[in-house]
Amino acid sequence: MKKIYLYTRFERFWHWAQALLICGLLWTGFAVHGDLPWPDFYNAVIWHNRLGIAWLILFAFIIFWEATTGEWRHYVPTTRKLFAVARYYLLGIFKGEAHPVAKTPEAKHNPLQRLTYLGVALVIVPVQVVTGLLYWTYNDWHLFGFSMDLGLLAFVHVAGAFLFLIFLVIHVYMITTGHTPFAHLKAMITGWEEAP
Amino acid sequence: MKKKCAIWILTFVWMITVPGWAAAPVSTADHSRFEQLKKEFASGPEVTQACLSCHNEAGSQFMKTIHWTWICPESGDGKLGKAGLSMNNYCISIPENETRCTSCHAGYGWKDDSFDFSKEENIDCLVCHEQTGSYKKYPTAAGNPVEKPTRFPASGELYEPPDWNAVAQSVSRPGRENCGTCHFYGGGGDGVKHGDLDSSLFYPPRELDVHMSEDGGGFACVRCHTTVAHRISGRCYQTPAVEEHKSLIEDDLASRITCIACHGSSPHLEIPKLNDHTDKVACQTCHIPSYARGGVPTKMLWDWSEAGKLKDGKPYKVAGDLGRPVYDSQKGVFEWAENVIPEYAWFKGVIRNTLVTDTIDPDTVIGVNYLDTKPGDPNARIYPFKVHRGVQPYDAELNTLVFPKLFGPKGSGAYWSDFDWVVSIEKGMASRGLPFSGEVGFVESTFRYPITHMVMPKDQALSCSECHVREGSRLAGISGVYIPGRDSGGPLSVAGWILTALALLGVGLHACLRITGLGGKK
Repeated sequence: MKKIYLYTRFERFWHWAQALLICGLLWTGFAVHGDLPWPDFYNAVIWHNRLGIAWLILFAFIIFWEATTGEWRHYVPTTRKLFAVARYYLLGIFKGEAHPVAKTPEAKHNPLQRLTYLGVALVIVPVQVVTGLLYWTYNDWHLFGFSMDLGLLAFVHVAGAFLFLIFLVIHVYMITTGHTPFAHLKAMITGWEEAP
Repeated sequence: MKKKCAIWILTFVWMITVPGWAAAPVSTADHSRFEQLKKEFASGPEVTQACLSCHNEAGSQFMKTIHWTWICPESGDGKLGKAGLSMNNYCISIPENETRCTSCHAGYGWKDDSFDFSKEENIDCLVCHEQTGSYKKYPTAAGNPVEKPTRFPASGELYEPPDWNAVAQSVSRPGRENCGTCHFYGGGGDGVKHGDLDSSLFYPPRELDVHMSEDGGGFACVRCHTTVAHRISGRCYQTPAVEEHKSLIEDDLASRITCIACHGSSPHLEIPKLNDHTDKVACQTCHIPSYARGGVPTKMLWDWSEAGKLKDGKPYKVAGDLGRPVYDSQKGVFEWAENVIPEYAWFKGVIRNTLVTDTIDPDTVIGVNYLDTKPGDPNARIYPFKVHRGVQPYDAELNTLVFPKLFGPKGSGAYWSDFDWVVSIEKGMASRGLPFSGEVGFVESTFRYPITHMVMPKDQALSCSECHVREGSRLAGISGVYIPGRDSGGPLSVAGWILTALALLGVGLHACLRITGLGGKK
């Protein structure tokens, strides 16, 4: 068993800050949508907007950090061992097989993680940012020569929220699939991953 | 010396700070000093002639306005107005009822069709301009005050002949008392018609009307209903009060009657998100959460079909909870309400009227007036309304609404004296040369009033969740707009939550398999 330092201080900060903000956005967003009884519409809107702006600022820092530190390389998609990893989570994990891709400081994420995180960053996030900003600037659409049905915009934004929620469910569960149920969680708190 | 100085300064500070000092009507003339108004007057028309001797254009200006003609000047064909072919579902119509109805006409002596609308001295300048508060027109005297003290039998109120010189010398710009004398009593009684206009607005507390209250704006009616050459800005039958929403900054000549003329189109500085409503929702919708709030009930229903029941051969009344009758042999069944939540509808300012000459479908509820606005129309806003529901007589063979003669002495054919619908309607229709088959039926009808007065202070405006809520939204019946919080749910929510549940189920199953499968691990 050796310990490797995978997650730097800022990376851990942005991860947990983002986790909080996204949970808050989901909660207040579904309250605006009318699926949750608390907070009331007014407070849900106010806090959803605040959290959205805070998250947008954080996201700008994340992108800047990824770009300047070269950490973006961890999200370059690959098909190498992709199917082996998929097979592992569908079958091998139940038989106690070893994970086909070991974590290293050069490659923190397995191919399936890379694809998922890249998908979140390139598809769900932009959709939520664009539809969220449009929703927020509803009465100024004419200024940028834009017009659409608010209902359609809301539909796309809510659909994106459900995708985020489903990602969250699976992501939180996947934490427990390390060599012990809390290994990955510990790594995301301390930065040190125990590699079996 | 210092003391004197301090008194002067205090006086000056008092003058510029005490509200009301600047708001009092300022005139360039003190009418009590005019010789013309010092001579002995015996009647209203004599006073009017004195007025017109200086204000020599006022007569011709005023005679073009709806206050004189009771016809909407913009309607062109002369059909729209109390004196035209339109009506309501209260006392229904003017023809043959003039002596009662025209007590609110700004003129003297309109008692039947023979009234001369071109006689300038018949204009009643005083009812709008006198400031003594003592000038009263007798309810059943075709717009004339009494010549000797007379008690009005229905109310027991004593009417005194005017002190013509005092009232004539008091004239100034119209105050709330002048306008309210008629407009607060529409439909023949306090608050009956509009629901947002009643005697509680003479001296309203701040919560009742933030603009009109003394500790609010202290506005008189004419502060918003600006007037040019006696033409008072306001809505006139089909004509919207304003076609364009403009602020005074955009156009110095904009009529001041819109909210945005003063407040601008983005008035919410503390919570800018609220400005996102102004393209779809009228200011009134959030800022007048309820009407008839001043302690004066308004009439919500009038069922004429129940009229005519007598006790021992005599008409009678049944008093209701709110101090208003719920049954009156002359008039039928009434319902009254206070603190009423408005009904909401898309409205671009245009109200259409079903004329007495229009064919109706008696199996439907007749919109005696109705809104000609499609949901989501870009020029329209969601607007609050009082909807007065009625059951009123119609010609069951010709399928038209009818004008009944209600007011008059016994034997005149007036329904209120003779209780015979056929004769009463014959008289009313004949006075306008209109056909009547003799078959009387009753139809359900509605009459809509836009609610625009009784604006509450901003902290008492509607909360978001009155509309943005799935169940019980005030705008539940409004289509043509997506309302967040109201229009959610549906297939997307169902699918989203099912997929989320499946994801949870999936990871749960995965976890179970891991736990049971791990048993085989070495």
